[in-house]
Amino acid sequence: MKDVELTHLSKSYDMQTEVLSDISVSIHAGEFFVLVGPSGCGKSTMLRMIAGLEDITEGTLTIGQKKVNDLHPSKRDISMVFQNYALYPHLSVEENIVFGLSVKKVPKTQRKKRCHRVAKMLGLTDYLNRKPRQLSGGQRQRVALARAIVNESPICLMDEPLSNLDAKLRAQMRSEIKQIQRQLNITMIYVTHDQVEAMTMGDRIMILNEGKIQQVGPPIDVYNAPANEFVAKFIGSPPMNLAKATIYPDNQTLSVVGRIHLQLPPEDIQRMGTKEVTIGIRPEHLQLATSESQQPGSSKFEVKVSHVEVLGNETLLNFEFAEGNWQAKWNGQWRVNVGDIVPLSLHYSAICLFDTTTGNMIKQPTQNEQHLIQGVSI
Amino acid sequence: MKDSLEMEQPILTDQPLSWWKKSLNIRTACLYLLPSFFLFAVFLFYPMAKTVYLSFFLTDQQGIANVFVGLENYQYLLQSESFRKSIKATILFVLYTVPTGVMIALALALLTNEKVKGIGIFRTMYASTMGVSVAASSVVWLFLFHPSIGFFNKIITAIGGESVSWLLDPSWALVSISVTTIWMNIGFSFLILLGGLQNIDEQLYESAKIDGASYLYKLRRITIPMLSPTLFFVLTVSLINAFQTFGQVDILTQGGPSESTNVIVYSIYREAFVNYQFGTASAQSVFLFLCILIVTIMQFKFGEKKVHYQ
Repeated sequence: MKDVELTHLSKSYDMQTEVLSDISVSIHAGEFFVLVGPSGCGKSTMLRMIAGLEDITEGTLTIGQKKVNDLHPSKRDISMVFQNYALYPHLSVEENIVFGLSVKKVPKTQRKKRCHRVAKMLGLTDYLNRKPRQLSGGQRQRVALARAIVNESPICLMDEPLSNLDAKLRAQMRSEIKQIQRQLNITMIYVTHDQVEAMTMGDRIMILNEGKIQQVGPPIDVYNAPANEFVAKFIGSPPMNLAKATIYPDNQTLSVVGRIHLQLPPEDIQRMGTKEVTIGIRPEHLQLATSESQQPGSSKFEVKVSHVEVLGNETLLNFEFAEGNWQAKWNGQWRVNVGDIVPLSLHYSAICLFDTTTGNMIKQPTQNEQHLIQGVSI
Repeated sequence: MKDSLEMEQPILTDQPLSWWKKSLNIRTACLYLLPSFFLFAVFLFYPMAKTVYLSFFLTDQQGIANVFVGLENYQYLLQSESFRKSIKATILFVLYTVPTGVMIALALALLTNEKVKGIGIFRTMYASTMGVSVAASSVVWLFLFHPSIGFFNKIITAIGGESVSWLLDPSWALVSISVTTIWMNIGFSFLILLGGLQNIDEQLYESAKIDGASYLYKLRRITIPMLSPTLFFVLTVSLINAFQTFGQVDILTQGGPSESTNVIVYSIYREAFVNYQFGTASAQSVFLFLCILIVTIMQFKFGEKKVHYQ
């Protein structure tokens, strides 16, 4: 088992602008590591650098304590799944799967055995003699996956493998890929722009923007305590609501455009040491104000609903707030009409605060809905 | 409203469509075909029919059919020593030019498909023979082949060899013409093959690179199969072109020496416009047409199985 370690890795095509700058991260053996970010953030470039398909401009890349900066891709003990699958259209599914094995001159009987084992695992046994063009998108995806795992490389790289599939198939493949990774105990480095994939599949995720690391950590930690405004906006669907806010140290309050007033603990005011902040609140923490929600540390404000989406198990309310569009997510089905005035409440423990100038987080929410199942007996 | 609809429906379906209405689609199609049909008729179908017609006659000097002789023209051809020589020269010429030309064009296309700075210059250079007319390039080669002041002989004598009479020696003339033809046809084949190469998805090579495939392995298992439709097209076109070669023969050797470069199209030209034997010339044309037809059908039948279309 080998760790993949990136130390001060940089990439530049024209020696002036950096596509990736100063990337340092250690990917542990057997881990499902997800690289996530908007398109053009450099995540695919980073994956291709690990694969050896792109040169490394600066920094070092080590795989299992061995520096591999200039090592040929085939000597790095990796396999890769490409976005458009890169299947050979003139070869059958079986020939596609064993292509890498025949390059490595694995004996024919063993090739066949390994191919059939992988095909069985992915439900491709009936399609081994077909050409890729006779397969559906999901089946092609499986062939690409089979080709990667048949090599038995300890590290598997995936470049947005699910982006060509429809939503239903994507959800299914997500769990399948995750199961295979766990079953074979391979190190997976997975690139995606879809934060749902990142949240559901990754043991740890790394959020990239404009070639720089924004945050690295387990998905839940990233969700609960986003390192900056970008991560807060990027992770979570619908995204976190953000607005400019001002702290008044004299009466220990925080005010958002004169509509939300929150009482602040004095130690927090001291610790933060700035007056101009950005407040962030997850949509699920904006709840309907009731008489019970009038407790210290909470604030009540009224909004005019501009759009309603009832999704069956939850209801999304859109409204204009502080020159932006905010959303509230309530459980269950709510009959709310566009134009209704709805009272909302939020609690200080549920909000994030970011430094407006740097964008970095200065207060993380303490109220998270974490549930544990303990001692359940049926 | 509902009632009136129900009233109308049966009338529409019950009435049998008139012939005029039924043929609407076909008439529209014919209208679209008319321009190309007209052009084909004037420049292709009429000359073809006329050629077949003339091949059964003896003609006067204006090419007007005089005496019906049936298959005598064909009989005469098959017995003629000169025609047999001409067929031999044509077959040799095709064998010399087509495989070599396509192979060189493929090699150049593979070379220039690499991502290197300034590769555009080479691509333009290799494709440039497409832009030179047969006559102009033949004249250039005429100078290169010149027995005393030609470039080739100068080099050979400079390194101590004996000068070769490229176009005057019966054993060299066809080779010389073939070299010229290969040079002239490379531009076209090169351009088509390069286009085919650039259509191959780069990720296929990247995937093979991760598997550790060597250059030759990638060439054999990815490039050639993926390029096969393009290769097939280039081969077919080159083959037909080679059968129809005329210009360079006319300028460089006029079919000589001792008929060693008298390829079939040149022989047709001589028969018709030098000897005024339009009948036998037409018979030769029909023979050539059948040859090309058979070779192309065979090529499609046997070659296409190995071609992978996406």
